[in-house]
Amino acid sequence: MSGSLLRRVRVAEVERVANRIKRFRFVDIDNAPLSVFSGGSHISVVMHSGDRLMRNPYSLMSSPIDTSSYQISVLHCGDDSRGGSKFMHENVAVGTELEISEPLNLFPPVKLAKRHVFVAGGIGITPFMSMMNELDGLHADFEMHYGVRSLDEGAYCKYLQSRYGSRINIYRQDMGQVIPLESILGDQRLGTHMYVCGPKPMIDWALQTAELLGWPAENVHSEQFSAPPLGNPFVVKLAKSGREIPVKGHQSILEAVEEHGVDAPFLCRGGACGQCETGVIACDGYIQHNDHFLTEPERVGGKKIMICMSRIQTGSITLDL
Amino acid sequence: MTLTFKDETFRDDFTYSNSPSTIRRFPFPFIEDKYRYSVNIEPHTPGPKGSVYEYAFDIDEHYVSEMRDRAMVLDADPGRCQALAHMMPAQWDMLELIMTSLARDYPDLFTLERDGAHWHWINRPLGIDQKFTFGEVNTLPYEPMEYIGRQTQGDFSLQDQRDNQLWMDAGIITSQADWSLDFDVGMNFFEWHGPVPLAHEAGVFERALKFLLNLQIGSPVRRLNWTMTINPRLDTSPENYHKWGKDRTTITPENVGKKLHLRVELQGLFRLPRSNAIMFSIRGYLMSLEQIVTVPKWGRRLPRVLATLPPELVDYKALGRYRATAIDWLSKYDDGAPTSPGGGPD
Amino acid sequence: MTISTNKSRPIYPGLSPDLNARSNLIVCDKAGAAAVSELLARADATFAKRTTVFVADTLSDGDMTTLATDIAPAAIEFLPTLSAAIARLREILDAAPMGVRLYAAGTEPLIGSVVQAGADYSIDHLSIKTEHRGSLMRRVQCVHCKGFTENVTTNPVTCSHCGLTLMVRDHYSRRLAAFQGVCIDAEVPGDVPETEAIYQ
Repeated sequence: MSGSLLRRVRVAEVERVANRIKRFRFVDIDNAPLSVFSGGSHISVVMHSGDRLMRNPYSLMSSPIDTSSYQISVLHCGDDSRGGSKFMHENVAVGTELEISEPLNLFPPVKLAKRHVFVAGGIGITPFMSMMNELDGLHADFEMHYGVRSLDEGAYCKYLQSRYGSRINIYRQDMGQVIPLESILGDQRLGTHMYVCGPKPMIDWALQTAELLGWPAENVHSEQFSAPPLGNPFVVKLAKSGREIPVKGHQSILEAVEEHGVDAPFLCRGGACGQCETGVIACDGYIQHNDHFLTEPERVGGKKIMICMSRIQTGSITLDL
Repeated sequence: MTLTFKDETFRDDFTYSNSPSTIRRFPFPFIEDKYRYSVNIEPHTPGPKGSVYEYAFDIDEHYVSEMRDRAMVLDADPGRCQALAHMMPAQWDMLELIMTSLARDYPDLFTLERDGAHWHWINRPLGIDQKFTFGEVNTLPYEPMEYIGRQTQGDFSLQDQRDNQLWMDAGIITSQADWSLDFDVGMNFFEWHGPVPLAHEAGVFERALKFLLNLQIGSPVRRLNWTMTINPRLDTSPENYHKWGKDRTTITPENVGKKLHLRVELQGLFRLPRSNAIMFSIRGYLMSLEQIVTVPKWGRRLPRVLATLPPELVDYKALGRYRATAIDWLSKYDDGAPTSPGGGPD
Repeated sequence: MTISTNKSRPIYPGLSPDLNARSNLIVCDKAGAAAVSELLARADATFAKRTTVFVADTLSDGDMTTLATDIAPAAIEFLPTLSAAIARLREILDAAPMGVRLYAAGTEPLIGSVVQAGADYSIDHLSIKTEHRGSLMRRVQCVHCKGFTENVTTNPVTCSHCGLTLMVRDHYSRRLAAFQGVCIDAEVPGDVPETEAIYQ
């Protein structure tokens, strides 16, 4: 069963906001109001590139109560990526029509928190933008620590500072500035929650810093969905139909089976929500688990795989599909 | 569709009953001739015209009287409506969803005019004409959940989604089948279902939770739940159990047709957009055995189902004292003929 | 025995030291003190130096000295009642920064009160380490009058507020730190089963 209602939208605006980052603004194709959403939500954007169908999740950065348009920012990931961001940067312009999913929230601010500390790296700033918009409206207490390579590479620095004032702290790598996370986390009131979004090493570092300072896991959150990584081609065997489907190096298992007309369940397509969990009946070698959903015992057990993100090195894998 | 609202009671003299057209739209929950547990969730999309599934929120001939009974329950026990502080955005979400749905689906009964945050709501059956500012609590006579809850049939609870769980952090519950909002508020999905037998072992609640955590804006789902009640009593709360409990011992072969009611809940689950909460609607329908058997298929099927209930379920739904009497009385309507699949009348 | 088929009935996994916590606050009663001694025996002096134990019970002078010696270098405070200990805990939490970890050992009402207090400071119940020791006595809320009956050791029990005879269910509310009590003879008044002392 496929993931979501899709809405047709038209690109109303495209702006280069940093060296490799473009901002896109979508309006409903019939100018109907879009859904309001909750801070931290993302949408999936469906992209048709030749015969390839890609669906990439992007955080919504606009005001949650603005139903006239949605805004996302896309970092151009370079030629070794799957091509979704490349597509957005090179093939999408004002007037382009696309399909998007309804907003889905896997990274909301915790309503019971007394205070929120946000840690963002690069394009990881985007989910926090709708979050801060929402929290500001609720007069909630928050602070943002945003690491950028340089002002040219980091988007929205001026905008954030003018809108949220001293609650925004910017750290420029080109000036040798680093986020003093230990001292920030060492001095927070009871009931504070920390949220981090950015490159994986940054997330790992932030989570570890919090843990070593005695923050309980319940107060620490990260948004870790990413695009499915590239790999070698391999074959997927579908146990229920007996079909064999080739998975190309740049495709996820989910994309490969969809290309061959199989309607497998999915939702976020970023390894976070669990909807695409599929049973593994047989496998040549080890599964490369690239999701953030299965537990360690489940990964080691090898009986489950998140088909939107994970792969195998070579050979074939038989799935309960 | 023109509705004539009944003037009836759900307590004391119990004048409640269903008109013939209401009988046929009753959501009879048994789709085959024996009892079988199923999650039975389906998309809550517009159903057949005139059916209880046609609209997101169903208004029927019992509307005015039900709302009167609700008001009485809340006056006597304000603890039936509670909302933890962080649920205010979810309360506004609920008000918006219900008001826009009712105004769209029953334009003869309800009108909603919106000019930015300035809203004007008219509820003709209850004689309400209210201007207020969306988002500002002090412009309404009650908090938003209670305000709209007092004007919509069915109980409602609001679940906050956090830590891969759903937390029942608000609700307006005056017609429950024996569970306490005051006790359960603040519990998570597994906890408030704690007392339900059997289902935990089968992993039913784990799968249901995973499904609900991924429930999306614009894609609500629904299912049916059922139990039995003596007399058409809406308020079968544990709070008042020491008052209505003895009704269960008053069933005789002579009065079972009139007094014993099948109580079906049409449950809806909606993702609320601005709070990311889930709204759970519990719309109750009551029908006496006497009225049920006027639909021949149901008269045949109900005794067959009652006879195949597992003992844990008989216990949990407290049917023990009168099940045999009910099956006996119903058996004269069961001529052994086959019945068509699905719950609807033929 | 704290096992039930009811999933709302809490399970207390046992105390374990959080070696990263900046400050450990432990609340226990006399029975729970044994669990605290065991915990500190397993952990090192660094952990102990960051730990304060609040004993919510009256102990003999001898017992107090023994306990204090057992758990040194952890600090210790003795309070006469559970409510006094919770009030003291709240005083400390009022000024505490992130990095504090809460522990509770003893009866369920003690554990429940600590978890309740933590909730007011947005401390998630999963962050609190708990161990049940000693009596199985329960705190029961009468679903009818909403009154709490403390130190319940029998099932059924008479509500100390409205006098109804209540069946003590395993359905538990963390928010109220109590089990649910429901009138046991609502259907046939007077038809009450034998009282069993099952929560001693």
